[in-house]
Amino acid sequence: MSLSHEAADGIAHVSGVDPFWGKLSWGVFPFYEPIVLVTFIVVVLGGLAVVGALTYYRLWGYLWKEWFTSIDHKKIGIMYMVLGLIMLLRGFADALLMRGHQAIAASGGEGYLNAHHYDQIFTAHGVIMIFFVAMPFVTGFMNYVMPLQIGARDVAFPFLNNLSLWLTISGAVLIMLSLFVGEFSTAGWLAYAPFSGLEYSPSVGMDYYLWSLNIAGIGTTLSGINLVVTIIKMRAPGMTLMKMPVFVWTTLCTNILIVVTFPVLAATLALLTADRYLGTHFFTNDLGGNPMMYVNLIWIWGHPEVYILILPIFGIFSEIVPTFTGKRLFGYTSMVYATCVIMVLSYIVWLHHFFTMGAGANVNAFFGITTMIISIPTGAKIFNWLFTMYKGRIRFETPMLWVMGFMLTFVIGGMTGVLLAVPPADYVLHNSLFLIAHFHNVIIGGVVFGIFAGIIYWWPKAFGFKLEPFWGNVSFWCWLIGFYLAFMPLYVLGLMGVTRRISQFETTFYSVYFVIALVGALFVAAGIAAFLVQIYVSIRNRDALRDVTGDPWNGRTLEWSTSSPPPYYNFAFTPRVHELDAFTQMKREGFVRPTEGFVPIHMPRYTATGVVMAGFMTVMGFALIWHIWWLAAVSFAATLVYGIGHTFNYDRDYYVPADEVKDIEDQRTQLLAGAAE
Amino acid sequence: MSRQLSNSSVQNRSKRRKKMKRAFSAAALLPLIALAGCDMVVLDPSGDVAAQQADLILYSTVLMLIVIIPVMALTVFFAWKYRESNKDATYEPDWDHSTSLEIIIWSVPLAIIICLAGLTYVATHRLDPFEPLRRVSDGQEIDPNVDPMVIQVSAMDWKWLFIYPEEGIATVNEVVAIVDRPIKFEITSTTVMNSFFVPALAGQIYAMSGMQTELNAVINEPGIYNGFSANYSGEGFSQMRFKFHGKDQADFDAWVEQVRAQGSELDRETLASLNQPSISHPVTYYNSVETGLWDKIVNLCIEDDSLCLNDMMMVDALGGGGLEGLWNREMFRGICSADDPGALMAMIRPEMRIHEDEIITAMTLVPPAPAN
Repeated sequence: MSLSHEAADGIAHVSGVDPFWGKLSWGVFPFYEPIVLVTFIVVVLGGLAVVGALTYYRLWGYLWKEWFTSIDHKKIGIMYMVLGLIMLLRGFADALLMRGHQAIAASGGEGYLNAHHYDQIFTAHGVIMIFFVAMPFVTGFMNYVMPLQIGARDVAFPFLNNLSLWLTISGAVLIMLSLFVGEFSTAGWLAYAPFSGLEYSPSVGMDYYLWSLNIAGIGTTLSGINLVVTIIKMRAPGMTLMKMPVFVWTTLCTNILIVVTFPVLAATLALLTADRYLGTHFFTNDLGGNPMMYVNLIWIWGHPEVYILILPIFGIFSEIVPTFTGKRLFGYTSMVYATCVIMVLSYIVWLHHFFTMGAGANVNAFFGITTMIISIPTGAKIFNWLFTMYKGRIRFETPMLWVMGFMLTFVIGGMTGVLLAVPPADYVLHNSLFLIAHFHNVIIGGVVFGIFAGIIYWWPKAFGFKLEPFWGNVSFWCWLIGFYLAFMPLYVLGLMGVTRRISQFETTFYSVYFVIALVGALFVAAGIAAFLVQIYVSIRNRDALRDVTGDPWNGRTLEWSTSSPPPYYNFAFTPRVHELDAFTQMKREGFVRPTEGFVPIHMPRYTATGVVMAGFMTVMGFALIWHIWWLAAVSFAATLVYGIGHTFNYDRDYYVPADEVKDIEDQRTQLLAGAAE
Repeated sequence: MSRQLSNSSVQNRSKRRKKMKRAFSAAALLPLIALAGCDMVVLDPSGDVAAQQADLILYSTVLMLIVIIPVMALTVFFAWKYRESNKDATYEPDWDHSTSLEIIIWSVPLAIIICLAGLTYVATHRLDPFEPLRRVSDGQEIDPNVDPMVIQVSAMDWKWLFIYPEEGIATVNEVVAIVDRPIKFEITSTTVMNSFFVPALAGQIYAMSGMQTELNAVINEPGIYNGFSANYSGEGFSQMRFKFHGKDQADFDAWVEQVRAQGSELDRETLASLNQPSISHPVTYYNSVETGLWDKIVNLCIEDDSLCLNDMMMVDALGGGGLEGLWNREMFRGICSADDPGALMAMIRPEMRIHEDEIITAMTLVPPAPAN
């Protein structure tokens, strides 16, 4: 504990702000923490190795020209996924540190983390897993898959899409920076006021939190607008709303949720930022501030947020189940209505996160019952997948295994969720490890399982070869076993009255449960490792795993009708849709791929503006965190000027000549002919 | 853990039987729960409120299992039956709708949720922590002649202060209550949000500064139980624990005498120094409590030179808000209407002073601070 006090002192001493360096000084580097120092050395060496490799293989130009400045929705989608994967490793490292520490501390040891460090780690774990793992993965899927499923060539605002990606990366960069420059917030992932105010959290940690989420939040909001417009305006002719694949529906509902709720988050964080920077008192204890208002506002965003994560995943399952059962989705219409009902209901349940803050019985009962009502459409979805399997021919390839794991696991999480929605029950379970077990049960059992199912399902579309199934199955079983080992003990601990965010224990009574949970976390680590091995092995064996047909799973929706990977223009001719499962219908009616008569295709040009603007924004965020006012002003002005300058760039689109389209399509014709032989 | 550390012969048989029943139905639910057996304080508490909450958990779980178990069983069954290699199973690739199935899919969960919603509505009202208790335990009614024992609780960085207005004593990190006598906790915080939680006694409620929450509960068995903050509050959060003792009347009286004998006075100054952050604060006794101290805790004016929240609000309500409020706050630090209601007149706008009498009358309508 003495260490952390020194740390706090070190940062407090620099509160006299230098006009040039702001609060920065040599004292802000937390290398007196051995764990941070080792991590720093590993990251620097790893970073140098990556930079060296990229330079040695002369990949910088390629990455810049083909990826960073790309406005192709497919490449942006893949970059979102890469961001999610990298941040998953960071967020999971935090989880392992906590599990290890708690297992030791609950067994009578001191543990290796002091309270100050432990508090930063659980805060970082939550923030990173939600904002920079789950969100990028989900956004990546929506970006990659949705335009292909509606037969579009790109999203409605391609440049904005690139900017959204880079703003999200900007937020992630700031969070990663907090590991080595200064410190991160200790206020928990939702930063409840008044703890997050200046009086109780004077350090830069909270400011990293605020600016990181402010900047990434802008990206998410813009991306939400972009995808809503894409779905509304850019569907292929014939694709009426009720002929959209379910994943498109869930994407639509998700992005409507994003557009409506992320401004609430932005406003809430802006008010808290004003409290910390301008001396206002929106959420302080003093001078008429109202901390409960913060809790209300953050959950008015926070509850829809969990549906922002899970709805697209429901969409993914709704694509995978019909494909691997070789059958139409059961109850498409009720699936669509269930999604819409969930979208609407998710706005009127937020108070269930704080039944215990003294609301009256009527208020608590209202929010408890609305929460339970959400389980009805959710239950209907589960039944729909179930009856899609009924009278099907189920192929248990890896994506389908994840679906089975999801269906059996998610219902348990749903049940404990409804239990928590009963206010008097919540009084004894709130803030306990039971709650932690519940939301990991739905987020891992739902979102994470869905992400892996989706990655394996659409990987061949994105790269032209399947992922190697053996390591995929190893990864699945490790995750499944690991999940149950890690979180079932937490349910029990919650019922034993153990609360969350504890770093020291009075007794060794809980030891065995925390040790089991640690073993579970190690299984999950093995699952992540197996996934990485799977990718490595698959890339090495890509020729053997190659799929030239573009339709490796006997898919049902339009993305499988084009080549794998799709050409940058997605479809040589915009498809015409007649019914749901458009590609199944095309296959049934003997659709013949056109090989001539190509016309020029209108496409957007790549631009570096997104990267540059997000770069300026990152500098601005850093400057604001460290109170380097001149730099903040300069980088803010630079962002604006560059953004306005971009609007004068009229050379932003071009036509792909018909000959080039013909060349690309002819290559595919040859490949298909080769495969048929 | 927080299971009973000291057992007593007072425990009656029916309670025991009820507990066993609960433990059995718990064991039937999940093998893991069986593994933990009777150590699950949340399902096996010693206070009537927590016991009713535990029952509610079990009833709700059983109700939900009506749909959860068939779904899980069907998932496994369909997965096995309709596997690709089973060519005997029917295969209908275009079958995607059945009105009767859809009706069942929507109505079965709906029926369960209707039952659960009814249960929730009733239980939420019956177990509203702000409402006085309706019974002492299963089969034991409230004695209308016995008032609930008031205990004022304040969360501080990082310890708990308990004030007994009836006895005029206070303690830190130790609280004692009389078995089978209703308790009314009045809860606040001088710092960030915490949550007051004794799992064996009753569900938790937040402790928030400038606000006062309430928890009505009763302990039915003598013993020593764990209490703690259930809402993360910073560096000393893990150590923010206390022991909750259930004692019979005689033992309680003896304990009060002990506090009186060992303790010193809790005045504003002592409180201000107690309010400084500390971790693992030892159990401390106070034999008397300065008058009006609880009001100052709730209104965040423990420090000598601060202006109480309620006074500030009154000033603002009378037209001294906005920037003027800031100015007033600096000008009138240390004035407290709990000490002198008339002093507030100094703070309000001159044109409002003609209503001086009405305002003072209105202010005295506010119940006076408990005489402690």
